[in-house]
Amino acid sequence: MSYRPPSAAPGSSSATSQPQAMTDLVRLLSRLPGLGPRSARRAVLHLLKNQDSLMHPLMTALDQVAATVSKCERCGALDETSPCQICTAPNRDHSRICVVRDMGDLWALERAGAHKGGYHVLGGLLSALDGIGPDKLFIEPLLQRVSDVEEVILALPASVEGQTTAHYLGDRLRAAGVATITRLAYGAPVGGDLEFLDDGTLAIALKSRQAV
Amino acid sequence: MHDWQDTGIVLSARLFGETDVILECLTTDHGRAAGLVKGGASRKRRADFEVGNHLSLHWRARLQDQLGSFAVESLHTPSAHVLDDRAALLALQYVCTLSRVLPEREPKANVYEALAVLTRSLGGEGAWPALVVRYELGVLASMGYGLDLSECAGGGDDDLAYVSPRTGRAVSRDQGRPYHDKLLPLPPFLLASQIAPTPEDIEAGFQLSGFFLGRRLYASVHQPIPDIRHSFLQAWQEKTAASS
Repeated sequence: MSYRPPSAAPGSSSATSQPQAMTDLVRLLSRLPGLGPRSARRAVLHLLKNQDSLMHPLMTALDQVAATVSKCERCGALDETSPCQICTAPNRDHSRICVVRDMGDLWALERAGAHKGGYHVLGGLLSALDGIGPDKLFIEPLLQRVSDVEEVILALPASVEGQTTAHYLGDRLRAAGVATITRLAYGAPVGGDLEFLDDGTLAIALKSRQAV
Repeated sequence: MHDWQDTGIVLSARLFGETDVILECLTTDHGRAAGLVKGGASRKRRADFEVGNHLSLHWRARLQDQLGSFAVESLHTPSAHVLDDRAALLALQYVCTLSRVLPEREPKANVYEALAVLTRSLGGEGAWPALVVRYELGVLASMGYGLDLSECAGGGDDDLAYVSPRTGRAVSRDQGRPYHDKLLPLPPFLLASQIAPTPEDIEAGFQLSGFFLGRRLYASVHQPIPDIRHSFLQAWQEKTAASS
């Protein structure tokens, strides 16, 4: 469906002398995370001031991303190729798959550099409240690719929805014959002061204590 | 300016914009209440709004009918204690989902107390699934669909063993025997709190409460019983089978 801007309210920017094209751009930009109408207006003015150095390269980049980036058919990660670069990398240990909620979590793990295996991006978490069931997540492709996998690491949030998803995946993966299913540890963050931790984190850290 | 202070149990927390959260809680004196939490979506505060968590709430609004805003402080976080236990985790989400059928801003102190006890007991050693059954029957009663387990509907003796699916009244073993295939079994732990329930009793309890939840409560709001109840029961049955 094509974008159709809503009719302007009296006193809004479009009721002033602002060109319609700019108003539309401000409206679209203000839908982006972290931007409101004011910051979108500033961004548009900045783009107009720097057309050659910023606006045109941005247009080209947006065009390119829209044309080339898509979801990897194997792991659900976003990349220019499908299967993606991670799935086809020869120097990665593909017998270990790390299951994450979204691309942001995948990038976080890649920044940490601690995992050198494959990934699987679910695209969300199971949620009874929001009516998100297993059919709405990228779960079936995960079950199809685990036949020759030694370990699946469930790197999902330590939240009610995250762990509900982890338990569900654990059952399905066990039934699919995965030998080792692990999850991230719970507990105190590195550099965290016990005094300032909430009681839930403290309780779970104590429960997951290890011998020294 | 209208305001009140209370304690509440989180039933749901929905993102509002990028930084705020619309929080829905079951409170002691103000029933099911909602309000906006400014900055509630931040990483620091998000954990406070997991379902089942106990909060201290200060609600404020210019007019009584407005959504209003909450100032909150975390009191207790049962959600953190059940992350490892699949059945308890699903039970926590289920009882919070069930509590959302309660009317808004209508005090239900008994239901609140029952939910507070239940959320603190989940995942423990005790027979907490029996508390889930009791909670379901408590919600039914608070919504006007309570079962009458005080005496036999057919004038029989005190040996109550069945419940009539039509009236929700108890029936004695002798009176109900000819109709036992049409009546719902009444587990003994629902008649006296000191009777320790067996897994079979709890199963019968869930059948009983499930019947009336579906036929009375959820039918009245034209909704099916939430899927999460089925998921919880399945996880609990698997856990019971594994431990026996």
